[in-house]
Order: sequence, then C-alpha cells, then structure tokens
Amino acid sequence: MSARSRHWGAAPDRPALALRNLSKVFGDVPAVDGVDLEVRQGEFITLLGPSGSGKTTTLRMIAGFTLQSGGTIEIDGVDMGHVPPYRRDVGMVFQNYALFPHMTAAENIAFPLQMRRVGRPEIKRRVADALGLVKLEGLGQRYPRQLSGGQQQRIAFARAVVFNPRLLLMDEPLGALDKKLREALQLEVMHISRQLGATVVYVTHDQDEALVMSDRIAIFSRGRIEQLGTGEDLYERPASLFVADFIGESNILRGRFEPAGDGGWLVRDPWRWQVGAAAAARASLEGGSAAALVVRPERLRIVGVDAGPGLATGVNAVDAIVRDVLYLGSMRKFELVLPDGNAAVVRQQRGGGGHEGRAGDRVRLTWAVDDGVLVADPHG
Amino acid sequence: MTRGSGRRPRGGPIVDRWALLAIPLIAFLVAFFLVPLIVVSLRSVADFPKPTGDIFSNYGRFFASAANLRVLANTFWVAALSTVVCLALGYPYAYLMNIVRPRVAGLLLIAVLLPFWSSLLVRTYAWQVILRDTGIINTFLLDWGLITEPIPLIRTTLGVMLGMSQVLLPFMVLPIYAVMRRIDPEYTKAAANLGAPPFAAFRRVFLPLSLPGVLAGSLLVFVLALGFYITPALLGSPKDTMISQFIANAVQQRLDWGIGATMAVILMGLTLVVLFVASRFIRLRDVFGSLEES
Repeated sequence: MSARSRHWGAAPDRPALALRNLSKVFGDVPAVDGVDLEVRQGEFITLLGPSGSGKTTTLRMIAGFTLQSGGTIEIDGVDMGHVPPYRRDVGMVFQNYALFPHMTAAENIAFPLQMRRVGRPEIKRRVADALGLVKLEGLGQRYPRQLSGGQQQRIAFARAVVFNPRLLLMDEPLGALDKKLREALQLEVMHISRQLGATVVYVTHDQDEALVMSDRIAIFSRGRIEQLGTGEDLYERPASLFVADFIGESNILRGRFEPAGDGGWLVRDPWRWQVGAAAAARASLEGGSAAALVVRPERLRIVGVDAGPGLATGVNAVDAIVRDVLYLGSMRKFELVLPDGNAAVVRQQRGGGGHEGRAGDRVRLTWAVDDGVLVADPHG
Repeated sequence: MTRGSGRRPRGGPIVDRWALLAIPLIAFLVAFFLVPLIVVSLRSVADFPKPTGDIFSNYGRFFASAANLRVLANTFWVAALSTVVCLALGYPYAYLMNIVRPRVAGLLLIAVLLPFWSSLLVRTYAWQVILRDTGIINTFLLDWGLITEPIPLIRTTLGVMLGMSQVLLPFMVLPIYAVMRRIDPEYTKAAANLGAPPFAAFRRVFLPLSLPGVLAGSLLVFVLALGFYITPALLGSPKDTMISQFIANAVQQRLDWGIGATMAVILMGLTLVVLFVASRFIRLRDVFGSLEES
C-alpha cells in the first residue's frame, strides 16, 4: 500500500481522473456517448444535467458498478478498465446513503478501514476524527434508523472519506433533504472537501447546487458533455442553446447570423441585433446559419417604446408586451411576450430606477451588445 | 377494511359489515379445532385405562417410560436435523433466486413449490420406490457393477431427511427469499465501494441482513417437522420414530386415548415453548407473514 500514495492531492502533475471517449450502451440505447473529462487533483467537479442525461451512469462507471462499453477510465494515471470496485480506492456517497442498517454509525465508518486491515487503535482514532469532521461526536453508537436524514448524510460522507480515497464520488447526496438543510449541507460538504483537499466528482440535477459548490461543471445532455467550465463560464458564455436554457433563465432571440467585420448581426425582419466581436468569435458560425442570441434577464433594461428616436451605439433593442410583473422582494421580475410570440424575462433590482411597466404595456427592451451571447440554433 | 371503516358514518356500527364474512371460518375453527383441542386436553387428565386418584397419572406414565423420552428427544433431533438440511439447501437456493432475472426466479419458485402440488403420501411412496433395496438407485448401481450389495437408503435417517426436506424446503426458501428481496442492492455495492471483496461483502453485509429470513424459515421448518408422521414412518428405521407415530399407535392400536392425548398435549406444549423462545428474538408476525409475500 505504501508504494502508492494514499494522500489527497498526491502527484499534482497528473489528473486525478481522466475519462476518454467513455461510453455505455444499454441494449441499443446509448446512455453515455463518448465522454472526455479530466479532473485535476483536489478539484470539485459537478456533473449536471437532466435525468437520463448519463451523469449517474458515468459516475457508476467511475465507481466500477457498471462496466463501460467503450473508452477508458484512469484514476491517478492507472487504467481502471477491469479493476473491480473494491480495488478502485474510490469513496462514494450514495443517493439514499446506503448506510448498513445493522451497524452503528461508528461501525459503518470503521468498515472501510477494517477492509484495509487498519489496526484496531488506529481505526478507533480515525473513526473519532471522522465523526468530529462531520460534527457528530457522541452519535457513533446510534444505528442509522436512529439518525435524522441530515445526520445519516453526514455519516455517509464520513464513511466515504475516512479511508482517504483517491476520489470522492457523490450521487445526488442531498436530494432527499429539505431545502434549508440542503443549503447548509452544500456549504459544509464543500468546505470539508476543500479542507481535506479531496478530488470530488459530484452528480446533481440542481443547478444552484452545482453553481454554489463546484470548481467546474460539466453539463450533460443525451449522454454527452455539452459544455465544461466554471459556473461563470456557463452562465455568462453558454456554448449552446441547451446550456443557455438549462443554466439560469435566458431570453432567446432567434434569427440568421450575418457576419460584418469582426462581429456581425443577427437578423430577423424587421429587427436586427448587433453581435459583439468576442461573441461572434466564440460561436464561429457561418454567414446565413440559424442562430440565437442569448441575453440574461438581469442584463435587459425596460424603456418606454417612445424612449427616443435612435439607440446609442453598442445597444440592441426589441419590443415586447408586459404580461406580468412579479414582486420578489429584493427584485422585480417582468414576464413579457416578444413579437414572435416567445416569452421573455427581465429582472430589475429594486431601486435600480427602471421603467415602471404594468401588465399590458408595450415596452422596449434594450441591452448592451456585449451582453448578448451568440449560439447556433439547431432547431432553426 | 380500513377503507370501509374510514367511510363509516358517525354513530354507525363499530364492526365493518364485511367483517361478518369471517364468521364461517371462525365457526369452523371453533368447531373443528378449538373444541377438539379442549377435548384432547381434558382427556389427557381424565381418561385413564385404570382409574387412579391422580389426574396427572397419564403424564406420570409418559415420563416414566424411557422409550417415550427417547422418542421425544428423537423428535426434536430429527426436526433440528431437517432444519439444518433445509437451511443448507435452501439458503443458496434463495440466494440464486435473488440474483437471477425475475423470469428465472419465477421458474425456480415453481420448482421449489412443485412438491406442494402432489400428495404427501404419493410423494413418500415415490421415495420408497427410489430408495428401497430393489429401487431405482440400488438397481442402477448394481447393474453397473458399482456395488455388489444394495446400499441401505431406505429405513435410514438419510431417507427421512430426503423425504422431509423435500416437503419442508419451501418453508425455508420462501421466508429467506422474501427477506433477501427487500435488501437494497446498494448495500452490497456500498460494501464493494468501501473495499470489501465479494465474500467479505456477503459475510459482513448481506448475510447479517438476511438473518431475519433465516430465523423465520428455520422456525417454520422446525415447528412443522416436530409434527411429521408419514414420512419418518415410511422412510425411516424404528430409531427414527417420531412422537406423532407413538400417538397414532397409542390411539389406533392400543386404544389408549388418555396417553395419546397426553403425548399430543406435551408435543403442543413444547412447540409453544419453542415459539415463545423464538419470539424473544424475532417477530412471529414476520415469520408467518413472510410466506404470503413471495
């Protein structure tokens, strides 16, 4: 065992986990379809996607519960192709915790250490440390059924990290908890993982959870990674309509892209909207192809239709009709209808001095050219 | 019935009217089970070949005879042995049922239930045909020259075990299978994930979680085996005699109803003791409820 380092963050030069062209076919249905992913040592990465997008199957292949149909999995540079789960040295927190009901919390935590033939005094010490880590000292003698959901979740976490695994996998570990507890545990899981320097692969379908906890997020759709990046990357610079739609709220204007200089225009008669140079470069679309401009709700401003003759340079505009104004405390949310019948959303900070729209009003929405993100429109 | 009582109007009858349908069965049980039970119990303290002053003289007679005590001990021994045999055969079988696809599990279930669908007597005679000195096994082995003399199969404890475990196996398999099916497969996966090779995962996680089924099945088989009569009579030697045979002998041949009733009461009392002791460890509801579940 000493030949191989057993500490978090060892060998920082090579990725803790590398998936190459990983795929899984159930019957003739591809569940995972060519996933490439490298996770750095100590990184917290989240696989985010709707149910059935392949994120959980990917996690189960990393754990070794499901054998891949193609591609490779490397953990710490070692190919895991035919390594059984019990030799992968990977900790996992299950969706329903999977705490052994016939063992106390302390016995559950001791289990992976016993399997590694750790000496009795050391097991005792490390179990106590792990219970301390999750702030459940004194509950070691309780059985899982005597613990609350949140406590069970912490014990499952302690059990998964007590043996310093090379990788920590979590499969929607907070899904069964109520909102308040979930938010508290999100921060706790994140802080403890950082404190341990653990490399974490976290699966969730909750985008807020992903944005709060992760260093990077991999958006899954139909068995593939649609986009990989930091939360900010995904929110500010979505690479596809799917990502724009999945992460946060988006306003989507469809049209045809026409290049002009470094940037270009998105044209939809009678409207046309300017596309910034950076956005055009990222999308790298051909002239005339179907495209969409994505603008986040807080980037839009509402002005009166008669706000003045011309627009300032670097500002785009579209007309809309206010359908609803929702008061959300710190902000106001406008729901509008665009000329093409699509819905639009605007969020206005309170005291931002925006237009006082009322339901039924015709208004004009404006935004800075650089706030628009250009993506291909596969349905266009 | 809970649904019915939920809709019961205020001030309506306490007992749901549908519950009245249970009356025929209750009447049947009272007439043909409870009453005879009381009669047998009374006869054990009131029916003597020679009148004595002591109402427990039948019990005195029973415990005075070494042969009776030997048969009683043997009854428990044979029941325990059948339980062990059924457990050794039944646990792996239930485990197999639990890991195969549902279709195959269904076929395995039918296979284990098959003995239920033929009469006990026919089955026991069939075992005689197979096991006796001129039976299928011995004839086959003799013809092939593998043995020179018939090996004793019938009139042995082995014969009794074969006959009894065939009948009792479903009572072991079903409760174990019912419990195994309720064990979340994630537990075994979690054990593997935490570093347990397959056998360690089985021994430390799956086996302990399946123990309630093992206890339930063992209790059922043991209690049922205590009352066996035809199979040990036809397949066993005199030393495999069980107390039910003694009861039959007493009543049918010696017409000594008093001692027959006494032995029946003793057997029932001891069975209740077994159930009581077992109830300290497991919920009997689970034992008898587990049968209907698979």
